[in-house]
Amino acid sequence: MSLQTVKFYQTGTFTVGNRLLAEDERTIQATAARSNSLNCGHRACQGCGEALGARYAIDAAMAAANGQLIAANATGCLEVFSTPYPETSWQIPWIHSLFGNAPAVASGIAAAMRIKGRSDVRVVAQGGDGSTTDIGFGCLSGMFERNDDVLYICYDNEAYMNTGVQRSSATPPAVRTATTMPVGPEPGNVFGQGKYLPAIAMAHGIPYVATATVADLRDIEYKVRKAINIRGAKYLHIFVPCPLGWGSAAHDTINLAYLAKECGLFPVFEAEQGEVTGVSKIRRLIPVEEYMKPQRRYAHLFGKKPALETIAKIQARADHNIKKYGLLEQGAQR
Amino acid sequence: MSIVLDKPFAITLDVGSSLANKTGSWRTARPVYLDRLPPCNNQCPAGENIQSWLNLAEEKQYEAAWRKIMEENPFPAVMGRVCYHSCESACNRGTLDLPVGINSVERFLGDQALKHRWKVEPGKSTGKKVMVVGAGPSGLTAAYHLARLGHAVTVFEASAKPGGMMRYGIPKYRMPREKLGAEIARIREMGVDIRLDSKLDDVARTMNDGGFQACFLAVGLQRGRCVDIPGAGEGQEKIAVVDAISVLRAVELEEATALVGRVVVYGGGNTAIDVARSAIRLGAVSVTVVVLEPREHMPAHPAEVKEGIEEGLHLINLRQVRRIDGKVLTLEIMVAGDGREYLHTGQSETMEADVFVQALGQAGDFNALCNLPGIVIEDGAVEVNAELMTGSAGVFAGGDMIPAQRNVTAAIGLGKKAARNIDAFLRGEKPRLKPKADIADFSKLNTRYYSDAPRTIRPILDVVRRSSGFAEIVGNLDEESAVFEARRCMSCGNCFECDNCYGVCPDNSVIKLGPGNRFKFNYDYCKGCGICAAECPCGAIKMVPEEI
Amino acid sequence: MTLKQIEGSHGVAEAIALCRPEVICAYPISPQTHIVEGLGEMVKAGELRAEFLNVESEFAAMSVAIGSSAAGARTYTATASQGLLFMVEAVYNASGLGLPIVMTVANRAIGAPINIWNDHSDSMSQRDCGWIQLFAETNQEAMDLHIQAFKLAEELSLPVMVCMDGFILTHAYERLDVPTQEQVDRYLPPFEPRQVLDPAQPVSIGAMVGPEAFTEVRYLAHAKQLQALDRIPELSAEFNAIFGRDSGGLVRPYRTEGAETVVIALGSVLGTIKDVVDEMQDAGHKIGVLGITSFRPFPLEAINKALQGAKRVVVLEKCFAVGVGGIVATNVRMALDGTGQEVRTVVAGLGGRAITMSSLNQLFLDAMAGKLEALTFLDLHRGVVDRVLERERQIRRSGPIAESVLRDVGTVASNIA
Repeated sequence: MSLQTVKFYQTGTFTVGNRLLAEDERTIQATAARSNSLNCGHRACQGCGEALGARYAIDAAMAAANGQLIAANATGCLEVFSTPYPETSWQIPWIHSLFGNAPAVASGIAAAMRIKGRSDVRVVAQGGDGSTTDIGFGCLSGMFERNDDVLYICYDNEAYMNTGVQRSSATPPAVRTATTMPVGPEPGNVFGQGKYLPAIAMAHGIPYVATATVADLRDIEYKVRKAINIRGAKYLHIFVPCPLGWGSAAHDTINLAYLAKECGLFPVFEAEQGEVTGVSKIRRLIPVEEYMKPQRRYAHLFGKKPALETIAKIQARADHNIKKYGLLEQGAQR
Repeated sequence: MSIVLDKPFAITLDVGSSLANKTGSWRTARPVYLDRLPPCNNQCPAGENIQSWLNLAEEKQYEAAWRKIMEENPFPAVMGRVCYHSCESACNRGTLDLPVGINSVERFLGDQALKHRWKVEPGKSTGKKVMVVGAGPSGLTAAYHLARLGHAVTVFEASAKPGGMMRYGIPKYRMPREKLGAEIARIREMGVDIRLDSKLDDVARTMNDGGFQACFLAVGLQRGRCVDIPGAGEGQEKIAVVDAISVLRAVELEEATALVGRVVVYGGGNTAIDVARSAIRLGAVSVTVVVLEPREHMPAHPAEVKEGIEEGLHLINLRQVRRIDGKVLTLEIMVAGDGREYLHTGQSETMEADVFVQALGQAGDFNALCNLPGIVIEDGAVEVNAELMTGSAGVFAGGDMIPAQRNVTAAIGLGKKAARNIDAFLRGEKPRLKPKADIADFSKLNTRYYSDAPRTIRPILDVVRRSSGFAEIVGNLDEESAVFEARRCMSCGNCFECDNCYGVCPDNSVIKLGPGNRFKFNYDYCKGCGICAAECPCGAIKMVPEEI
Repeated sequence: MTLKQIEGSHGVAEAIALCRPEVICAYPISPQTHIVEGLGEMVKAGELRAEFLNVESEFAAMSVAIGSSAAGARTYTATASQGLLFMVEAVYNASGLGLPIVMTVANRAIGAPINIWNDHSDSMSQRDCGWIQLFAETNQEAMDLHIQAFKLAEELSLPVMVCMDGFILTHAYERLDVPTQEQVDRYLPPFEPRQVLDPAQPVSIGAMVGPEAFTEVRYLAHAKQLQALDRIPELSAEFNAIFGRDSGGLVRPYRTEGAETVVIALGSVLGTIKDVVDEMQDAGHKIGVLGITSFRPFPLEAINKALQGAKRVVVLEKCFAVGVGGIVATNVRMALDGTGQEVRTVVAGLGGRAITMSSLNQLFLDAMAGKLEALTFLDLHRGVVDRVLERERQIRRSGPIAESVLRDVGTVASNIA
C-alpha cells in the first residue's frame, strides 16, 4: 500500500534509498540530513530491532513534524539503553516517566501544547509490547478514547526483554520465555491467551491504526508521516525482532521481520476510523517454519521429533490472518 | 561528558552526550566494504567491466557507460550483435527470473556512440612504434589499445577491407557492415595506420625495416579445414564440396556462391549455423545441418541453433558422414558413449544433396613468420607464454592463431591483453596482474530487495532477449527497453549506493559520503551486528573477525 | 477582594482558577470531586482558559500532570485516599523529576475497610514521596495555601501537595475572602520552568541513574526541601503584604506563652483544639497549641523553638503508623531531641470519628496530670476491641486442627501447662 508504483528502478522501492529514484521519492533514512533522533553510543544489543525501529519511526516523525516533536517513553529496553546517566542518545525533547504511563504523559504534553497554541508541535509516545499491551494498557486506552493528539508507537518484540525475556500478553503461543519454559505437556507459551492490540486500538474508533515491521522502512515512514498529519489519537504497532530474546543471530533482525510478514503471522495493514483501509500483500508466501526455525525460542518444536501438531496450529494462525486481512494478491499461488 | 548545571542533576541530560560511549569496543567482527567480481565480468572473454557500465547506463549516462566499455573493448556496436554473450549465462539474475539482456544494452550503447559520433582520444605519444599483423578483431583491438597508450601503430592487412573474421566470417544479416566500418573508422581516427592489401611475406623483415619495437601477430585462421570423405560419382552428378570459410567469404564479397539447391552443412559450430542461415537467406531449396554431437553438446550457441531452426534449417544430430556417392550422402548413426565419446553403430542412412559444406574448423597460414627467431608453431597454432609473447622477443601473438578459445570476443580480449603486455614490454616492465577478486555468486546476494519485473513487460523482455545479436532481424532496441534492461542488473558484488547499509544500521555507524562516493563505517560505534552485510542486496559487504 | 458564602471546595476551585492553571486533570474520588467539578465547569464555560482532561485513573491523572508540567504548563490535579495510593508511583516520579505540580489532597481514610471520611492516613502515607506537604487549617487557608503553593513549587521546581480535611473543609460552606485576579497576578509570576520539553532546546528528562549518582540525587532533593524551609515563611510574608492576611508559614503557635503543655496538630482539628484550649486557659490551665502547616519539609527548628518552655507536648494526629504509633509525634520527637521534653501521642479522628470538645477537654486534663500513656487512642471503644481480642485469643489457642482434635479428646491436655 505504501510502496510507490515506480518504473522498474533496479530495486524499486525495496531498498532504503535508490540512486535512480527522484530525490523526493527516497526515504528519510536515505538522506544524509536525517535527524538521527536516536544517536550513536546507545547501549542496545547488537542487531537490536527496537533501536532500529525507533530511529526509523522517530526520524520519520521528525521529518513529518518539521522538527517540532516531543516524545514520551515508557520504561523498558528503549529507555534503558538510550538514557543511562550521564549519556543520552536522544536528540529530541524526550521524557521518561514510568513503565505504565507513557500514553498519559504524552496526553499531558499534548494538552500543554494545545493550551500554548503550539499546534505545530507533534507528540509521540513509545514503548515496548509489555508497557503497551500490559502495564500501560489502561493509560493507552484512556488516551485513545479521549482521542488525544498523540501518536503512540509500540515496538513489539513479543516479550519483556529488559527484565530478562518474560512472557507478555503479546507473546505468541509455543514461544519459550523465562516464564513459559519449554517443559511439561504444553511446552512454551500456551495457546488461547494473549491480546492483539492493533484490533483493540481499532475498536476505540481512533482515526488511525497501523502495523509495520522493521523490514519495510518505506512503509514505516509512510505510516508515521500519515499519522503525524492526523489530529487525534493514532496507534502504530511496529514488529521489531530481538536477537537476545528470540535467540536469533544479530544479523538476522530484518530478515526475521520480513519472514514474519511473508508467512502471514504478522499482518501489515492500516485502518482508519476502525476500518481496515490498506494491506501490505505477501510477496512470496512461505510456511511458518521458515520464519520460526532460525529462532531458538521455537527450537523445542524442531527437535528430533518435531512438534508437528503445534507447528500446524501456528500455521493455522498465519492462515487465519491471511484470510482475515486478505494478505495474498488475488490469484496468487498458495 | 557534559552535565546540565541549570537543570536537575543527573535526571535531565543534554543531547549528544551518548557520543562519549564508543560502542565499537563491543565488536567481535567488523563489516568491510569490498568489490566482488560479478559473474558476468568474470565470464566475459573481452574482460569487460559489465556491471560497471550497466550501472552508468541505469543512470542514463550513456556516454560514460560507453566509455567504460571502451576501456576494454573498441567494438560495442559489433559485439552487441555478434558476441555470444556467455555473460548472460553467468548472470545471477537468471537464477531469480531471467538474465539481464547485457548484449542488447551493449548494442544500444554502441549504436548511441555511432549516432552521436563519440570519439576516443589517443594517448600522449611515447615515440614507440608497434606493428600489428592482421586487421581482425584481435589485431584492431590491440591497435586501439596501443594507440590509447600513446604508441604509433601500423596494421598490415592482407585483405582489401579490414575486419578479418568480423567481416569475412560473420554474415551480414548478423551484422550490418556500416556498423563495423564505423567502429574501425573510429580506430583509424585515433591515428592507427591500417594498410590494406598488404600481405606480408616476412614479418621479421618488415619489423626490422619499419623500425618497429614490437609486433603483434593476429593473422587468424583463414582457411577452412576439410576432411577427405570417400566416395564415387562422375561429372555433373557429383555433389559440390566446399569449405565454410570460403563460402562465407564469398557471401561477404558478394561473389557467386555454391549455396543453391539442397545444401548440407557438416559441423556443429557457429560457423556451420552461419553458413546454414546464409544459405536459407540465399534461397537454398533445403538446408540440413549434420552434426556428430547431440544437440545439447553442440558447440554452436543454442540461441543461434534455435533461431536457425525457426528460420527453417533441418538439424540431424549424432551422424557421421561416411561416403559421398554422386548426389547421395551416407550417414552413419552414432550413439553417445561416456562423456563426449560417440560410438559407431554400423547402421547408416542416406540422403541426397547438391552442395556439401564442410564446417569443421579452420587452419592458419604462418609462412610469413618463418624468419622470426625462436617462434614455435605446434598443432597448427603459434605458441605463446602467459604474456602472449612468442618465442621471439617483442613479438606477441593473439586471436585465433594461438591455442585459446576461438571466437570474436575472445580475440578482442586477447588483443587487449597483448596491447597491455606490449606496453609493459616497451617500458621494460613486467605486466601488472591484478589479483582476481572473490566472485559474487548468487549466495552472496540478498535478492529480495530487487523488484520483480512486472508481468506485463515479460513478453517485451522476451523479444528483447531473443533479439540480442539479431538486431537487424527484430529491429533496434529503444532507449526505454535498454534502460529497463540495464536496471535489471543486480550489481553483483559492487555497491550501487542503494543506501541499505546506511539505513539498516541500528547504531548509525555508516557514514554516507554522497553520490558516487559510497559509504564508510564508523568503527567508533559499529557493534558488528552484521545487519548491513546481511541486508546488502549485492554482497558488497563482508564481516571480518576482529583481531584479538 | 470579594467575600463569598461558598463551599470550601468551590473556594479552592476559585483560588486555583485565579492562579491561571493551564492543564487540569481529574479523576473522581470523594471528597475532592467538587473542586475539579468546579474547575471543569469554569473551563467548559470559557471562564478559565485551560485544558481540562477527564482521565481514566488517578495514575493517569498524575501522569498527565507530569507530561504537561514537563512541557512547561502550569498543572493542577486533586485526589484523595485510594486515589492518592493508586497514583503513588507517579507521585514519586513527579517529585523525582522535579516537576512543580500542585495537587490538592482532600484527606480521607484508606481502606480496607473502605471509608470515605476524613483522616490523614492518605497524605501521611506519602510523607516520604519528596513532595512538599502543606496542611490547611481552614478553607480560607486552603485557598491561600494553593496560591502560595504554585509560587513555591515553581520557584523550587518541586511538586506541592495542599492537604485539606475531606468533608470537614471541602464540603463546609462558609464565608470566604476570594482574592482578585490582579492580586494573584501580582503575587504569582508566570511559570518559567527550570527544565522544559522544547523542540528548540531538546533535553532528555528522566535518565536512568545508577549507584554512581543516585545518592547525590537524593541528597539534592533533601537540600531542596531544606530551601523550602526558608522560602515558606518568606512567601507567607509576601502573601500577607499583597493580600493582607496571615496565611501559611511553617508552624502556627497559638497561646503558647507560658504554656507548660502544648498540643500539636495539623488541619481543621486545630479549630476545635483552640476552642478547648481557650476555655482551659480561661480556667487557668497553662496549655497552648502549635499548628503545623508545613509537614514536609518538617520544620524541626521552628518546632523546637516554638516549644521552648513547654514541659510536655501532646501530639494529636489523625493517622498512625500501625505497629509503632504516631507519625507526626515521631517527627516532633526529632525536633525535641535532647531537650528531655515529654511527648505523648494521641491518635484521634480516624475514618471520620468526631473529635469532640468534651473528649479533648478530658484528654488535656489527663495529659496535664501526667496520666496519658505514650500512645492513646481518643474515644476508643475499649469494650469492643477487648471482646474481639479475647475471641481471637481463644481461636488462636485452638491451634492447628489436628492438635485441637487431640486436645478435645484429652490426649495432649496433660502436656499443656
